[in-house]
Amino acid sequence: MGEMDAIVKEFIAETRENLDRLDRDLVELETNPAAKEQLDSIFRAIHSIKGATGFLGFHKLGAVAHVGEGLLSGLREGVLSIDPQITSGLLGLVDCVRRTLHNIEQSGVEGEMGDAAVIEGLTRLQENRIAPRASVPSGGHGKEFANVVPAPSPAKTAVNEQDTPPDRKGPGQGVATNSSVRVDVKQLDKLMNLVGELVLARNELLQFSSVQQNAVPLGTSQRLNAITTELQDEIMKVRMQPIENVWNKFPRLVRDLALHAGKKVRLDMSGKETELDKTLIEAITDPLTHLVRNAVDHGLETPDVRAAAGKPIEGHLLLRSSHAGGQVDIEISDDGAGVDLTRVKHKAVELGLATVEQSRHMSDVEAMNLLFLPGFSTAENVTSISGRGVGMDVVKTNIEKIGGAVSIESRRGLGTQVKIRIPLTLAIMPALVVTAGGNRYAIPQVSVLELTRLEGNEVQKGIEMIQSAAVYRLRGELLPLIWLDAELKTRRANSAAPVSETGEVANIAFLQAGDQKFGLVVDEINDTQEIVVKPLGRQLRGMSTFAGATIMGDGEVVLILDVLGLAQHAHVIPELRDEKTIGNALPQQEPIAERQSLLLFVGPDDARMAVPLSQVTRLEEFSSSSLEHTAGEEVVQYRGDILPLVNIRVLLPERRASERHVPPKNDKGKMIQAIVYSKGDCRVGLVVEDIVDTVEHSLVDLRPASREGVLASVVIHGRVTEILDLEVICSDLMSRVLRKQPVEATEV
Amino acid sequence: MEEKRQFSSFFVDEFLFGIAVERVQEVASSANMTPVPLAPLKIGGLINLRGQIVTAIDLRRCLELSDRPSGQLPVSVILRTDDGYASLLVDRVGEIVEVDEDTFERPPETLRGPGRELIRGAYKLEDKLMHVLDLERTLQAG
Repeated sequence: MGEMDAIVKEFIAETRENLDRLDRDLVELETNPAAKEQLDSIFRAIHSIKGATGFLGFHKLGAVAHVGEGLLSGLREGVLSIDPQITSGLLGLVDCVRRTLHNIEQSGVEGEMGDAAVIEGLTRLQENRIAPRASVPSGGHGKEFANVVPAPSPAKTAVNEQDTPPDRKGPGQGVATNSSVRVDVKQLDKLMNLVGELVLARNELLQFSSVQQNAVPLGTSQRLNAITTELQDEIMKVRMQPIENVWNKFPRLVRDLALHAGKKVRLDMSGKETELDKTLIEAITDPLTHLVRNAVDHGLETPDVRAAAGKPIEGHLLLRSSHAGGQVDIEISDDGAGVDLTRVKHKAVELGLATVEQSRHMSDVEAMNLLFLPGFSTAENVTSISGRGVGMDVVKTNIEKIGGAVSIESRRGLGTQVKIRIPLTLAIMPALVVTAGGNRYAIPQVSVLELTRLEGNEVQKGIEMIQSAAVYRLRGELLPLIWLDAELKTRRANSAAPVSETGEVANIAFLQAGDQKFGLVVDEINDTQEIVVKPLGRQLRGMSTFAGATIMGDGEVVLILDVLGLAQHAHVIPELRDEKTIGNALPQQEPIAERQSLLLFVGPDDARMAVPLSQVTRLEEFSSSSLEHTAGEEVVQYRGDILPLVNIRVLLPERRASERHVPPKNDKGKMIQAIVYSKGDCRVGLVVEDIVDTVEHSLVDLRPASREGVLASVVIHGRVTEILDLEVICSDLMSRVLRKQPVEATEV
Repeated sequence: MEEKRQFSSFFVDEFLFGIAVERVQEVASSANMTPVPLAPLKIGGLINLRGQIVTAIDLRRCLELSDRPSGQLPVSVILRTDDGYASLLVDRVGEIVEVDEDTFERPPETLRGPGRELIRGAYKLEDKLMHVLDLERTLQAG
């Protein structure tokens, strides 16, 4: 019984593979009826299904295959010629076989598989077409067919049964039955783990033999070393699969979708042989399928629309993939209608994802990124095919889950291009190993921009402070700095501050987290190495700061930093993950020169505001108990001087005019955040609710806001943010301060 | 009919605990444990078990007992779970104990604190009580 099961399993697995190829071959045959190779391959596949079913006792399946074989014989003889109906009929047969396999797998029997309908359909196809061509006088039945068509059909079948199939010369077409075996993925994973252990044992041995002379003959240990490395490489390679494995099902999918929507689509695929780790292949299947559906369903237009637009009637869908330095680029482009950004914006406003004001100021790239917001779909009438609630947001999430990125480019009337970039493998990746707080950590190399080591007085000069926040100028760009040991709360008790803060040495790794760059200060930068990524146990899966762990050559477990998670934890990226928000639409593509550093703060009524960093003299924090009042103004003593404090609320025209001179919330001991602005010798402190961050933002594509004193409104971190012009806002105040200052100065 | 069950016993502080032998994979050293910063308190660290990374959970922390005296290394009891291996950090390992099922009793209502959630009951051994943990809860996150 057990042996029988194994045979059935083998049959199912093998047939499944054949079915996938059948789909592809049939579609190919339809477009190119002269493709003899495909026809032969189809015939062989159906024939071998028929053969196996007889042996295994799946008679209904056998009957279906038999009718299919008859029809195919007709095609081979040239008595029939392929057309969409026949293709559909044969594809129907493929589906029927698939259903049956599923039934057999579930319950062990063929079950209800719709065989009768398939047989009837195929028989009718055979009769209808044969009748006129072979000029059979009347009532050509399936059975008679075999007689009417002169001998070869059964004879040929017999030949194929006895001889080796003629596929040996067809390159890459037939199943290479003798040169490959099927392996359970679990077994492969286990092998992979064992190799991992072998590597560790090898490392121990190497250490041992380097310490103790002649403990192990040097030659032996070196050979062991080489073999282990090679074994590891080979096992990794076994896990690699061509992207073709995902793409194979697209010709059929596209054909069915196009037929359903009354469209004509030509599908081209290039770079099929691009290899990816098996787990990644699985992970991209759904997102890619969704994108292909989208393109055919919503992207490409119907023939009449295309004709009216002066485009070729046949739409063009292109899948392309290639390796690019440890990563894989996948591109799905169509020459369809493109994304209607006006409609996108409209929809975003409708859905409450953006205000009318926002949508008006939105750049094209920003608007395009709206498509990635959860629940967004522009399909006006939701068809049965796409628009099933699985939107671009899911595509994006799934791609990002495996460490990839996705972007859309579209030109109205010309088409849409979706670009996906994913790592080659999840299992092994290059990483930078650093030490902080006595422990080693691995940082995925893809996030590392560059490394800097500051020594001596460079430390004092290089690391600047915006109040309590450390920053570093990297080629003119102000980047926040965080200390890894402080963020992870592993700073050793015996050193009050790490060397980097006491000012001797600072090792900084500059990292990219989403759209934000930041500097990570560590105790030591060790080296770069290939690490094998292992997931964390379920007790730790919620931790955002670590992406996994790895085992080093010496057997120690080392945590892998999740750079995005760490950046969030350290508030380098506030609130939501940046990519979920509207504001930062691929700004890294814009030249640095067009970007400006902004100081982000919370203004009155929790409103987000920003001022150009260039207008800010300093940031200060005062205890509310240090406030003093003179002549109706609030002031603090500041660097031996008097600094008038004004809540920024009262400086904003049109806002809360009635609430002028509302003092800042005056709880004793509460800290007051102030932006110090100065012009000439004159300084004022502008009280804000909270300082949030400094960000880089493009100020290129903005229209000036109507309100005086507001440079523009932009979306930063998903919040509408007004960029204030301090010069304008403070002009009145400054003249008032100028008048008062001498008086106040004498009062102290 | 009496049912006999075998337990691996171990000590945490003054207390004797038992885990069904079929759940215990092996006992390992915890010398090379990697701490996990920012993790919940009860996470002792990560252990390399022949190429597999195993999360170690400190039973003292789970039960809110005082920390082990400094210098005393915990012992790692590797357990089989549905989700691969997990490790429980204890003070030292005892013997294999065979008990009768009918000597088991549930804890009294007066048991307070984290033990109330985590301790299923105790077997009445001749000289002392052997605590039995609800392993699934003990190994849970948070």
